[in-house]
Amino acid sequence: MASVSVKNLDLNFGDVKVLQNLNLDIRQGEFLVLLGSSGCGKSTLLNCIAGLLDITDGQIFINDRNVTWEQPKDRGIGMVFQSYALYPQMTVEGNLSFGLKNAGVPKEEIKKRIERAAALLHIEPLLKRKPAQLSGGQRQRVAIGRALVRDVDVFLFDEPLSNLDAKLRAELRVEIKRLHQQLENTTMIYVTHDQIEAMTLADRIAIMRAGAIQQLADPATIYNRPVNKYVAGFIGSPSINFIDGTLEVNSDPVFRAGETAIELSGYAFSGNGPKPGPVSFGIRPEHIFTDKVAADLPFQCEVEVEVVEPMGADTLVWSRLDGHELRFRVDGQTPVKEGERMKIGFDPARASIFDAETEMRV
Amino acid sequence: MADTGAINDTGIAAEAASEAMVGPRGARPRRMLSRRNIFLYGTLIVVAVYYLLPLYVMIVTSVKGMPEIRMGNIFAPPVEITFEPWVKAWATACTGLNCDGLSRGFWNSVRITIPSVLLSIAIASLNGYALAHWRFKGANTFFTILIVGAFIPYQVMLYPLVIILREMGIYGTLTGLVLVHTIFGMPILTLLFRNYFTSVPEELFKAARVDGAGFWAIYFKIMLPMSLPIFVVAMIIQVTGIWNDFLFGVVYTKPDTYPMTVQLNNIVNSVQGVKEYNVNMAATIITGLVPLIVYFASGKLFVRGIAAGAVKG
Repeated sequence: MASVSVKNLDLNFGDVKVLQNLNLDIRQGEFLVLLGSSGCGKSTLLNCIAGLLDITDGQIFINDRNVTWEQPKDRGIGMVFQSYALYPQMTVEGNLSFGLKNAGVPKEEIKKRIERAAALLHIEPLLKRKPAQLSGGQRQRVAIGRALVRDVDVFLFDEPLSNLDAKLRAELRVEIKRLHQQLENTTMIYVTHDQIEAMTLADRIAIMRAGAIQQLADPATIYNRPVNKYVAGFIGSPSINFIDGTLEVNSDPVFRAGETAIELSGYAFSGNGPKPGPVSFGIRPEHIFTDKVAADLPFQCEVEVEVVEPMGADTLVWSRLDGHELRFRVDGQTPVKEGERMKIGFDPARASIFDAETEMRV
Repeated sequence: MADTGAINDTGIAAEAASEAMVGPRGARPRRMLSRRNIFLYGTLIVVAVYYLLPLYVMIVTSVKGMPEIRMGNIFAPPVEITFEPWVKAWATACTGLNCDGLSRGFWNSVRITIPSVLLSIAIASLNGYALAHWRFKGANTFFTILIVGAFIPYQVMLYPLVIILREMGIYGTLTGLVLVHTIFGMPILTLLFRNYFTSVPEELFKAARVDGAGFWAIYFKIMLPMSLPIFVVAMIIQVTGIWNDFLFGVVYTKPDTYPMTVQLNNIVNSVQGVKEYNVNMAATIITGLVPLIVYFASGKLFVRGIAAGAVKG
């Protein structure tokens, strides 16, 4: 059963087409992350689902009910905002009960629901405080609680962790995941520009760009088999290496860039198999190995180290392969110096190859 | 023993450290009588005296008797303090046929100011709220027209308004004047409120909508409690503006309903008999007292309001 469906959604702001013919089906109990850089329309899509923006064309279904024309309060959603959006003059308790009072829920029921939400989010001691007296993390907990007490099936998160510092973000991320596990059959739609949040939280990720969904798949697929060059470049940090060259198909397909030739016998081509022509060869920095491990891999070569960025746990090494920048990771304990020559290797089966013109996976 | 030894050690270390620190250290010393300070405070004192001197003359003159005033030493402190002029200004000074002093005008002004202020702020804050958060069709056009209204000189509208009020049957009444003040307060107040409400985060408004609050619930339960500072500002602008108004008062009312300012003018400018400077001064001070009190009382509230509103939600 689909919990939320978006059908042929169009949204224009005047002449600007923000969302075009967008379709999305979200299963009950699914955690879906809308991921994209700023301005890609992900928050706009969320606001459309919430009913905070009037759409130009299309339909929105929540729990198989057409809610296209309904007010946000009647859609059975709870929403959490980036800036917390707590009512500053009300106590935490007032914030939690505001929506319920508006809906005319009986007092005892309100009390029960607040107690339950407060226990779930560990905010019981804060109930009598004003938002100004809370820290950022506590405020966001209260904001989540405000969505929780509404007792709805669909939660919408609009970049909820973006205003927090790195440590709190990591803590709350786990808590949101735990919350999703505790609340069975609750659908969550989560907007973020942070790929770590997307990868760790999502059952499925929808990567958006310029108002359209580029790829909708589970995190592993998005990471391992990106559907186009944009998705490949967007996911992964440090980002994927691209080497421009040509694809040659003789007996076996071979990627050639200048002097370098990479055998692609292990690579799983999509669609109709390999087609010769100019392509971009993408290999992730963490899939490139050095020294002994490299010796066992199908492709090997030697590169010169240009820049070393030690990051503690591992070290990022910048080098060049046939004039193209090539980054790879080595263990943080490995001594690496600029100017040194290193033996590297990788398995072309883990690479992603994109057509140079259409930028689609081949 | 070992403990005291350790304390001694650290003591010695601290001493050594302080000896090592030579040269400037800590906060830079400030001289009280620097050129900058003399210039700054000198200017402030001169300006303050410039503005306070007329007030001093008024107060001093208002408590002198007429013989003392005739001696001509306007800066001299009163020899014999009398409050007779104050009583006369309030209760018995004559304007035209009425001889009940400023008291009549005072109550008229109160009856004009309070409804005008309440009405104009209520309507303007709603206007501003709607313009800032409910982007209805034609909102921008409406706003532009309203703002253009602020630039049309009052004189242009004086006579047409007389006719409109006459046709409505409220010309010369306090109701008419209240209506006029409310209308003329609209452009600037709406602008004030719109700009304030625009600064309220949009997400707060969205959260309230998800929580099921409608137009009025958001206005009364979310926006109003957050906006005390801007309401105080609007109140100061309106109270002083309407209390000090002379033009509308003299045009749209009759002698019975003249506001205080018009009556003050009539007392001060009366050409019959002796010029009673002390009564005039007392009358002027009484009239000016209300805005003065508003400034003093709300100034504190104003600052507190800003401080309360400045905390992020």
